[in-house]
Amino acid sequence: MALLDIRQRAGYLFLAVILGHIILISAQVNARSGVPVLEAVTFGVFAEVQRGISVGTSAIRRVWSGYISLRHLKADNEELTRRLADAQIELQHQRALVDRARGLERLLALRDQSKLETAAAGIIAGGATPDFRTVTIDKGTRDGVRADMAIIAPAGVVGRVVIPSGRAAKVQLLIDRNAAAGAIIERSRAQGVVVGGDERLRMENVSEAADIVTGDLVVTSGIEGIYPKGFIIGRIESVEKNGPAFKRIIVRPAVDFTSLEDVLVVLTPTPAREAAQRGGE
Amino acid sequence: MKAAGVVLAIVLALALQTTLGRFVIRGTVAVDLVLVVVLYVALTSGPVTGLLSGAVAGLAQDALSSGVIGVIGIGGLAKTLVGFLAGIIGTQFIVAQPFPRFVVFFAGTLLHAVVFIGLYVLLDLRPFGTPYAAVAGQALGNAVVGVVAFQLVELLPGVVERRRGQRARIRR
Repeated sequence: MALLDIRQRAGYLFLAVILGHIILISAQVNARSGVPVLEAVTFGVFAEVQRGISVGTSAIRRVWSGYISLRHLKADNEELTRRLADAQIELQHQRALVDRARGLERLLALRDQSKLETAAAGIIAGGATPDFRTVTIDKGTRDGVRADMAIIAPAGVVGRVVIPSGRAAKVQLLIDRNAAAGAIIERSRAQGVVVGGDERLRMENVSEAADIVTGDLVVTSGIEGIYPKGFIIGRIESVEKNGPAFKRIIVRPAVDFTSLEDVLVVLTPTPAREAAQRGGE
Repeated sequence: MKAAGVVLAIVLALALQTTLGRFVIRGTVAVDLVLVVVLYVALTSGPVTGLLSGAVAGLAQDALSSGVIGVIGIGGLAKTLVGFLAGIIGTQFIVAQPFPRFVVFFAGTLLHAVVFIGLYVLLDLRPFGTPYAAVAGQALGNAVVGVVAFQLVELLPGVVERRRGQRARIRR
């Protein structure tokens, strides 16, 4: 009976569990191809729990904000009416600019590259541990979402899809330490790679001859085949030089990752991915 | 029954962690609620329950968070170790006052971070930089939440009992 009592064997059990973990880790480190079944199943099931919680919290927030905001409705209405008038004037101005730009495009026979097929998605959960910067969105493979699709927001680039399940997908944010994107300085066309940090991004692999100053706008170069070219990543916050070489280039992300609620999934494959798919076929 | 309670606590902690993470993403989530639950269970139930709950919670958290950008098992191993050691401390020493509990939660979080970050760096899987402030902040946050959780669980039944007694006296 004593042999069967597992509590008498705490040390052996501990060693067995630790050994199991080591085997599990070793298997992944040696052969990291595709998504492990355990992970896909766990993520798929838990995404439904997260969806339920998200629906609940969203409903509470809607009720709360709906009633509270009624108190400021009159003032808000006046403010919005004024803004609408301003926006209408601005719209007319923008239309004139668009007409002029279209004419120039036709003149230069440039193809319009801004027409990307996108799908709107809501964020239903954050990361399960503070060590990884991920979020879960409410669109999955049923909506055409695939791994390595870019996620963007009106302010700029958000991240990429890492694990899509049927009705949800896990997104690695650009601020994750393992995230990276090909980048280009809009003003000087200097190229590099932007990699994640906790709150700021770093720009690496930059030529010594590159012209980079604080305040420069950093956009995607599309070289990695995930993010479409020309989308805003952020602005150069500081540039440290060590002789002629760049020591550290810090980029402040354009997207406020603390207040993300809705994002767009870019469904259109980038030219690099299209080429890779054609090569695969 | 007890196992079901532990699993439920882990699931609730995971759900709460991901819900909070949705609103506060930028590295400012200073509390790992799943680790708090593992340490709590280990201190109250011993090393076997501690290591098993650590393994289950860690693997679930790994599967949900690391994905193709991390390795499943590293968080599980770290939490198994922490759960086992906290369980031994809970059975060998008197950890019934807030300060000793604070120390266990604080040290447990530090050990977890050392194992978790250490394995990632050792296997050259992920850069972590110098996260001293972040780890210290998380240890402090976990310790505060853990001690408060203990106090609440211990005080609430007494408060409810006293209120019932007062009501009964008033009726008489």
